[in-house]
Amino acid sequence: MKYKMKELIRVGMADLNACKCPGGLTTLGLGSCVGVTLYDSQTKVGGMVHVMLPDSTRFKHTENPAKYADTGIALLIEKMEKLGADRKRLSAKIAGGAQMFAFKADNEMLRIGERNVEATKQVLKKHKIEIIAEDTGLNYGRTIEFYTKTGDLVIKSVGKPDKTI
Amino acid sequence: MAKIDLEQMDDMHFDILKEIGNIGAGNATTALSQMINAKVDMKVPKVCLLDFRELPDIVGGAECIVVGILLELEGEINGMMMFVLEKESAHRLVNILMGRNIDNFDEFTEMDLSALNEIGNIIAGAYLYSLSALTNLMIKPSVPYMSIDMAGAILSVPAIEFGKVGDKALLIESQFGEEDEFVNGYFILIPTLESYEKILTSLGI
Repeated sequence: MKYKMKELIRVGMADLNACKCPGGLTTLGLGSCVGVTLYDSQTKVGGMVHVMLPDSTRFKHTENPAKYADTGIALLIEKMEKLGADRKRLSAKIAGGAQMFAFKADNEMLRIGERNVEATKQVLKKHKIEIIAEDTGLNYGRTIEFYTKTGDLVIKSVGKPDKTI
Repeated sequence: MAKIDLEQMDDMHFDILKEIGNIGAGNATTALSQMINAKVDMKVPKVCLLDFRELPDIVGGAECIVVGILLELEGEINGMMMFVLEKESAHRLVNILMGRNIDNFDEFTEMDLSALNEIGNIIAGAYLYSLSALTNLMIKPSVPYMSIDMAGAILSVPAIEFGKVGDKALLIESQFGEEDEFVNGYFILIPTLESYEKILTSLGI
């Protein structure tokens, strides 16, 4: 069964949330940010974090842990464990990290999408969570919807057919 | 470390930024008016400081399609400047420029895209010129980069930059156009925190 948009929990920029089956999570218009979804297929607990920046240790304003890949993913795992997930069973799907504007490649400030994806992968590796699917990079925005019933991640973009990973 | 904290800006800082926005937008409309050889009016710009999460909502929601034109800034002021137009407004602007029926919402052609890019360039350039003239600081903008996509995705670029230093973003909204056909455009000036300080210091604050 398909869910309507309004039944999905909306995860904003630099935000995270988790839910049990049959709930779903969505984040709208991901650009250079990365949407990370974690899923425990046994208890069907799912979680999503909208990562804006790669590494909390490099910035001073770290009041919001969901903003960064390292602190955001760690916090999401904790939140999911409270809902009954086991961190050893978690698998990940990631999307986003686009480069929205075609800049010169040497501008560090603007390669943020790529850096967010790299950092996300490293953090997941550190937590020993396998990435089973990804749709990252390129130059367009993505709206993502995650369904805890199936573990499916649906990706919607402007002028492109929907994609399920 | 810069002393300016975006969340601690007072009314005077806002008034100054608003005035820069006003003069900049004035120059931009003059440039636009000359380009299309017709009178272009503008309204007093609105300046606001908001949570970066609210940025996409201002332009119609995260999934609303917008045209974003971005310039990198170098020189004595570093950072980025973005000009955002709702897709519908972009159509109106191109139609005015091309002398077409104002209600034409066909897909953008290559020529339209090129025109839009140039409009963005002129408007951003005029804005930056005012900023540079007022502050006596040298600003070198890059060529304009354009992207048409969901507002959330386009605005993630400035949001990330603001996100590095806090949770707020500074937005200058300006409206311009012909008598009954105003289009909404939004400027987002994204100087580095050090550049903010330079701007305000050079204005004697």
